[in-house]
Amino acid sequence: MAVAIAPPEEPGWFHLVGIHLRKDLRIEWRSREAIHSMIFFALLVVVLFSMAFDPTAAASREIAGGVLCVATLFASVSALNQAWSREIRHDVLDALRMTPADRSAIFVAKVLANFLFVTVVQALLAPVFFIFYNLRPLGNGWLLLAIVPLGTWALVANGTFFAALSIRSRNRELLLPLILFPIFLPALLAMVLAVKTILTGDGSDPHLLWLKMLAGYDIIFMTVSLLLFDTVLHAE
Amino acid sequence: MKKLWIALGMLAVAALMLWGFNQAIYVAPTEATMGDVQRIFYYHVPNAMLSFLFFAISFVASILFLAWRNTAPARAQAADAWALASAEVGVVFCSVVLITGPLWARPVWGIWWTWDARLTTTLLLWLIYVSYLLLRRFVEGAQMQTLAAVVSVFGALDVPIVYMANRWWRTQHPAPVFGGGPDSGIKDPTMLAAFGWNLLAWAVWGLMLLAFRVHVERRNQQIQHKASQAALAGR
Amino acid sequence: MTETEHGPSQPLSQPPSTSSGQLPPLSAPTPVAQLDDLSRLFGSFAALRRIQYTFLPGKCYVLLGENGAGKSTLLRILAGLLPPSHGTITLFGSFTPAQACGRIGYMSHAPMLYDELTGVENLAYFAALYPRSQTLSPELALQQVGLDPALPRKVGQYSQGMRQRASLARVLMAQPDLLLLDEPFSNMDIQSAHQMVALLDKLRQPGRTVVLTTHQRELALPIADCMLTLHAGQIVSEGSAHRS
Repeated sequence: MAVAIAPPEEPGWFHLVGIHLRKDLRIEWRSREAIHSMIFFALLVVVLFSMAFDPTAAASREIAGGVLCVATLFASVSALNQAWSREIRHDVLDALRMTPADRSAIFVAKVLANFLFVTVVQALLAPVFFIFYNLRPLGNGWLLLAIVPLGTWALVANGTFFAALSIRSRNRELLLPLILFPIFLPALLAMVLAVKTILTGDGSDPHLLWLKMLAGYDIIFMTVSLLLFDTVLHAE
Repeated sequence: MKKLWIALGMLAVAALMLWGFNQAIYVAPTEATMGDVQRIFYYHVPNAMLSFLFFAISFVASILFLAWRNTAPARAQAADAWALASAEVGVVFCSVVLITGPLWARPVWGIWWTWDARLTTTLLLWLIYVSYLLLRRFVEGAQMQTLAAVVSVFGALDVPIVYMANRWWRTQHPAPVFGGGPDSGIKDPTMLAAFGWNLLAWAVWGLMLLAFRVHVERRNQQIQHKASQAALAGR
Repeated sequence: MTETEHGPSQPLSQPPSTSSGQLPPLSAPTPVAQLDDLSRLFGSFAALRRIQYTFLPGKCYVLLGENGAGKSTLLRILAGLLPPSHGTITLFGSFTPAQACGRIGYMSHAPMLYDELTGVENLAYFAALYPRSQTLSPELALQQVGLDPALPRKVGQYSQGMRQRASLARVLMAQPDLLLLDEPFSNMDIQSAHQMVALLDKLRQPGRTVVLTTHQRELALPIADCMLTLHAGQIVSEGSAHRS
């Protein structure tokens, strides 16, 4: 536990994000609660939809984008509900609220950590998904590597923010999806349509409007979240 | 005396609503292609316009609450009452829109619902403000107002995004009647009159509802304030 | 951040020539915390009612009172975790609790540490969130409270007494000028409680103010400079206690 490189006197903002992120990842590595529950949950959703619709290759291209996004959504909510649970359990959040360092770094690190967890789940799930739905993208497959992370970021950033907002409610775990889903709707729409365009290769979106919209959504909501996080954290 | 004026005002609003009803159902001519079902337009469009207005009021009031909550608590409380009241009235008006829309769409389009720009936006608005009202019930204490105002800001940000998204995507809704293009606008003066009367009637009715609701909420706040003063005094 | 030199206390402290350098100056020193007409409501329940009080530097205040008297609420307001419903609170002369948060240490019933990390890991994490010159090293802070920094156990596996001490180490590490302790002896056997008292006595420093709440008056007696009793949200009695 030797002190590594001497950090600057006042820790910089990015340095702070790094500190929080390292702590979040270390704790998750030791328990692996979020990842395990998410993987299994997402797998269940994919299997359930596959059974319910019995997709043929053509039809599956139409609906697979939606299933992928909804599976991500449900799986993430189970993890996002727990996003701040360790901070709440022993009033750690109070200790964090009293530190003089910029609190928005806590939020950004939490978003990054959850984003990593969800991305790992998606990476593990992708092969299963393509097998169950007999998929072969007809459009630009590599664009998925931009669309899915952007959509996931929209979900996780908003989810982490509203999870922090629901901390003080009576039915915390019920409230989160009730607020998150309507507000996430535009991003879900863009993500589903963008994925569908690629899987079906119908060329309906030559200017990548959906991708740009997702990016715009991410920027707008991340900015507002950063501005309002302290307000939500100290609302008491 | 004040009560008398309020009663007279309510009577006037009721008379105006009846007059609007008469205009829409009996006076305005039957539309050539759609038939009588077009008369729903006289309710659907004014309600839609007004629900957007109420949600806009709620959004502005929420911003004002966030701005004033630390510096001017008394004014912030008033802003919160306006935010809550206009969100509630807005949800009522929006519900009317969401009910009358499919009733009209079924005979004219042949389908109840489609994911079109304005339909999606309206439904999203309705969902967001219902979740806003739910949040206000789920959270207790002084922090509830702050959290609700934050959700309101997020919800309002969503609306232009989803609206633009749907314009790019697909639209089935009739082109805007007013300001939609060179061919837009109502040509028949009696139709225009019926629409104008109904818009006025619903606007006055909605504003009256809003005024009552704000008044009730302010009373609630006064009662709570008195209770807290009593608690501070120790009895 | 820490310029306590300024203010009127320095020039004013010269004229009354006190014989002993040990005693604080007779003129009023800058109060640590000034509560002016402070109230806190939860719904229509008044947890604190119109409190008027000044906490002076370097003293140890013990807050007594039954459950629901407002002790914890008062500490949370001093810590800046809870805004007052009415009235104002001024810390260190001219700061709000939010501005002064880096100089306040707060220990609640809960340990405020992550179960999944060891003591040193927890403290190293929190230390990184404070200016580096201000903090003690995590190892030193743990040694001060009598814990072994090399202990590989996670905080989740600590005993109650160890958790309380680790929590105290977290607070002490930031070298606060105002130390707020909510029930530091709760859920402890009598021996650990006495150790905690001895520890607190040892850790008193000139200029460091301690405010602690407890049910066990006798335990806190040896370190208390001033005993405050809260009842129904008001300070009903104030008595100085002689340190033994």
